[in-house]
Amino acid sequence: MPAAAGVKVSIRGLSMRFPAEAGTVDVLQDLDLDVREGELVCILGPSGCGKSTLLNIVGGFVRPTAGTVTIDGVRVTEPDRRRIFVFQERGVFPWLTVEGNIAFGLHHLPDGERRQRVEHYVALVGLGGFERTYPHALSGGMKQRLEVARALAVNPDVLYLDEPFGALDSITRLQMRGELLRIWQAERKTILFVTHDIDESVQLADRIVIMSARPSTIQRIVEVDLEHPRDLSSRGYIEVRDRIFEEIGLAHKV
Amino acid sequence: MLRRVLIASSGVAVLLAAWQLAAAAAAPSLLPGPLPVVRAVGELAVKGLLLRYVVASLFRVTWGYSMALVTAVPIGIALGLSTWAERAFNPFIQLLRPISPLGWIPIAILWFGVGDLSAIFLIFLASFLPLAVASMHAVHNLDETNLRAGRNFGLGRLALVRRVILPAAMPQLLVAMRITLGIAWLVVVAAEMIAVNSGLGFLIVDARNAGNRYDLVIAGMLMIGLIGLLLDSGVRRLERIEMRRRGYGA
Ligand SMILES: Nc1ncnc2c1ncn2[C@@H]1O[C@H](COP(=O)(O)OP(=O)(O)OP(=O)(O)O)[C@@H](O)[C@H]1O
Ligand SMILES: [Mg+2]
Repeated sequence: MPAAAGVKVSIRGLSMRFPAEAGTVDVLQDLDLDVREGELVCILGPSGCGKSTLLNIVGGFVRPTAGTVTIDGVRVTEPDRRRIFVFQERGVFPWLTVEGNIAFGLHHLPDGERRQRVEHYVALVGLGGFERTYPHALSGGMKQRLEVARALAVNPDVLYLDEPFGALDSITRLQMRGELLRIWQAERKTILFVTHDIDESVQLADRIVIMSARPSTIQRIVEVDLEHPRDLSSRGYIEVRDRIFEEIGLAHKV
Repeated sequence: MLRRVLIASSGVAVLLAAWQLAAAAAAPSLLPGPLPVVRAVGELAVKGLLLRYVVASLFRVTWGYSMALVTAVPIGIALGLSTWAERAFNPFIQLLRPISPLGWIPIAILWFGVGDLSAIFLIFLASFLPLAVASMHAVHNLDETNLRAGRNFGLGRLALVRRVILPAAMPQLLVAMRITLGIAWLVVVAAEMIAVNSGLGFLIVDARNAGNRYDLVIAGMLMIGLIGLLLDSGVRRLERIEMRRRGYGA
């Protein structure tokens, strides 16, 4: 990552407290984080620690109890079409075809341009031949790619991905990571990627934000200084992975 | 397909035969057989009454039902989207719901007199509540993810309703529309027995009052059943298209 690149997303003093059966539950506690323009940051943490909550706040869907999120210096208070949230494949609209889904955010464009964009993104995510298909007839991985295509089609500068590949089988998951990296390198989006899969984070991220258990804070940020494509059996890769295992306090053997 | 037609038509044949046998066994004044009833349908058709009454009934249902549809769905969606509006109006709706639409007949006649308007009003009432309640529930059952995705692409309230909420709720709405159309058809017949001088419901009471013509009564009942069936299968077809495109069954 070029050190000169500016800060895109800036999180300051972020806390989130939910009402619970007995009083309240503190989920996030005083988080600070800067994400640089064009950076791919993975947020890694145990289940229930508040990763989705964090991403939803950054996406403008949920208001934090305290603290602020600013993007390009402007405070986030609601969702914005320049920053698209990709939901774990459930976000595709079942009443629209592949084409209709990708065109969803392009209504303001003239017909010709819209068609061109749809075509481009259909091809980019490898859904050629399925333009008129409804989501129910697509596989999980295809739905996921469709949702990514729909997001990319409006040319956002930030993408939020909440465990986007969690429901896929391990082979498809690997392929999807490869595709995401390819797209990221081609379009240079800023990406916040939530996962609880250590390998996934080491394969993708420029930096890995490790969150503690609830009430969560940022426990550590690990820089991943490896060129893409990453060799999963290289010394460097394994070192980073080991550091994360150690940081989380997991033994290495099963 | 052929098999299904065969099975269905043999069912009808068996029923017709049973009807014929029962009519033959009973006193003729108690149960007219199939033939007299067919003759009665013919008589109505020749006199031009059949078409006139069917059109009269359909006219009332069309107006009452469509007015309910265009008001109840938006209102139901608005209630579903707004917690305070729902809190304010829901008790009222729940109080009205158990009142049979027929309970409104005296009020309808008081306000609109004997005539089309009364019948249309009753059908409107009968259709409005189920449609409004179904729309409200459809909004409650929406997938939050779809709503968020819609908002994320910059849709305002109205666009969100038009492009996300309505299509997402459509399968549920179509079921409610079909059931409600059935109710409307039940109500029009009942309303016509009291509040107007034409239509299939009127035909039934009139045939009895004017000389105990039970062949005409049963002819009227058959027509009511037949048209009800056609209305139902019309909406069901829409429903099926919608379901198929989303991959639910056939
Ligand atoms: N709307 C809400 N109301 C109350 N509590 C909530 C709400 N949303 C989340 N929580 C609570 O906040 C905590 C964090 O939830 P969150 O979904 O952010 O976790 P997560 O890190 O994404 O977990 P996972 O890895 O399992 O997806 C959980 O304890 C959850 O019960
Ligand atoms: Mg989560």
